[in-house]
Amino acid sequence: MSKGTLFDKVWQTHRVGALPSGQTQLFIGLHLIHEVTSPQAFAMLRERGLTVPFPERTLATVDHIVPTENQARPFSDVLAEEMIQALEDNCKQYGIPFNNVGSGRQGIVHVIAPEQGLTQPGMTIACGDSHTSTHGAFGAIAFGIGTSQVRDVLASQTLAMNKLKVRRIEVNGQLRPGVYAKDVILHIIRKLGVKGGVGYAYEYAGTTFEQMTMEERMTVCNMSIEGGARCGYINPDQTTYDYIQGREFAPKGEQWEEAVTWWNNIRSDADAEYDDVVVFQAEDIPPTITWGITPGQGIGVDETIPTPESLPQSDRAIAEEAYQYMQLSPGKPIQGTKVDVCFIGSCTNGRLSDLREAAKFAQGRKVANGIKAFVVPGSEEVKRQAEAEGLDKVFTEAGFEWRNAGCSMCLAMNPDKLQGDQISASSSNRNFKGRQGSSSGRTLLMSPAMVVAAAIHGTVADVRNWID
Amino acid sequence: MSQIQQISGRGIPLTGDDIDTDRIIPARFLRCVTFDGLGDHAFEDDRHQMAGKHSFDQEVYQGASLLVVNANFGCGSSREHAPQAINRWGIQALVGESFAEIFFGNCVAMGVPCVTADSEDVKSLQRAIANNPQLTLTLDLGTLQIQGSDGLTLSVSMPEGARQSFMEGLWDSCGQLVTQIDAVRDRASQLPYLSWT
Repeated sequence: MSKGTLFDKVWQTHRVGALPSGQTQLFIGLHLIHEVTSPQAFAMLRERGLTVPFPERTLATVDHIVPTENQARPFSDVLAEEMIQALEDNCKQYGIPFNNVGSGRQGIVHVIAPEQGLTQPGMTIACGDSHTSTHGAFGAIAFGIGTSQVRDVLASQTLAMNKLKVRRIEVNGQLRPGVYAKDVILHIIRKLGVKGGVGYAYEYAGTTFEQMTMEERMTVCNMSIEGGARCGYINPDQTTYDYIQGREFAPKGEQWEEAVTWWNNIRSDADAEYDDVVVFQAEDIPPTITWGITPGQGIGVDETIPTPESLPQSDRAIAEEAYQYMQLSPGKPIQGTKVDVCFIGSCTNGRLSDLREAAKFAQGRKVANGIKAFVVPGSEEVKRQAEAEGLDKVFTEAGFEWRNAGCSMCLAMNPDKLQGDQISASSSNRNFKGRQGSSSGRTLLMSPAMVVAAAIHGTVADVRNWID
Repeated sequence: MSQIQQISGRGIPLTGDDIDTDRIIPARFLRCVTFDGLGDHAFEDDRHQMAGKHSFDQEVYQGASLLVVNANFGCGSSREHAPQAINRWGIQALVGESFAEIFFGNCVAMGVPCVTADSEDVKSLQRAIANNPQLTLTLDLGTLQIQGSDGLTLSVSMPEGARQSFMEGLWDSCGQLVTQIDAVRDRASQLPYLSWT
């Protein structure tokens, strides 16, 4: 078992006690809720006559179902309207703070908590959404949970959990130009597999992560779940503290000093013991893109779609399913594959730095004829800042649509959907069958910069061709 | 809280690795405020594409209660809608090569045991059911075995904590968690960050 890691320390600090099942009762420092996975949890509370003892440790927002074009109430989708009303009513009844649409603080739950300074090192965080792993970028231990567990956290501010093993994933060196955090995590998942992380917390360490900005670290931790890990984290450092300081919910004054001391102590010890260690070199990571129906089916943009013979026996059945569904041929280059829709956004890549990087490549260029390309900021705050920098104009002049904040086409619970078997270049996190709103729709995951390259060319292209 | 020690019924095979939560219940059916009715939409898109050939549509498997799947079943989203849809279709337990972690946890919280077996054993169980859909299977969490009405015997595994929870009727943790509220408040009082915001 691991010893002396941040995971071990946070676990110990938040341990309330042992349950009769042998599981640990773990205190949850921050609970984030949204409209999709919470209404049934509140119904369960009412059925059992339970209260919410720590309403101030929960924050609600609405993200999955909000339209990104016309956000006037009531929403034209009656089911979506019903869901937002349920959340409004539940928050009011139980005294839970709610960042509603138009509040200036609404957005994807994993974007707004960090930007408001709510996400801090050493915390336990839970949310009824698997991409809660995002918050690990701050050195928090953050779990995606189901609705019964949302009920548990509301009712007790705790979860019944089994301790995870810890795998240290070290990446060292300098990423090559045109290679981003998204490529790093797609590469890791490609190498370790979509079930490689089952039973583990991933600790991302090494000079590559140390050099990353907080937003890049969030992109990496966000997709830990796609590698099967329950959570992923990066030890807090000066980059973390610089990001948090001054934000609305950040500790202030003397408390700031106290916080930094505590955060430094919660870091993994230099002689910490791990259950497993894996090492990669940053220079070996290419711009990576998925060709199949799981996030593990990724290749370098220069590579060809793998042939069945090149794959381990255990990966061949899912590869066959992928060739058929994606209508792509093994042995053919992925570059040049025609795309229909280009989407920049989501909790993986809908942050300001993603939009800035994408805008650099969109500047002065035009989206190819027949391509639908759109940008969805991750939060109202991201939208406001992007507009203040003129990024919206860069995108619209290039032929992208500029939208309001939300999860949008990442899982297409709002009107943004693929049609028929359209294929999308997407900065989101899942290329599952039917994920982007059409039961035959196809998704190629890639970095925002690569999405711009695809939008401009109308086909999958290598963004490095624009870099000297 | 009820003990869950044995589940008996007919089996239903569902082959394929990495069957994700979006396939189990496509996102558009998440637009709801209750889990009612989700059973009708379990595997909706796969079923549509297979035009009646999906095992959930085949006449012989209607009324089955043990779902037999392959590796990494339930990967993807944390949405409890996925196991809820399967459960509301009629499934009371799952047997598989492996399960995604959040999916497994959601199933435990709902009182739906998921047990694992060796890859070859799972595949042979899937074949046995396909050859004889009327076969009655009994999953016994006490002995960690599956017995078939035709004499078939199979060893299965489950993490001990989860197994004990089902055996003793403690799988619904909510009741236990809320009774510890004093200890919870005590733990909270020792966390420095609770006083920072």
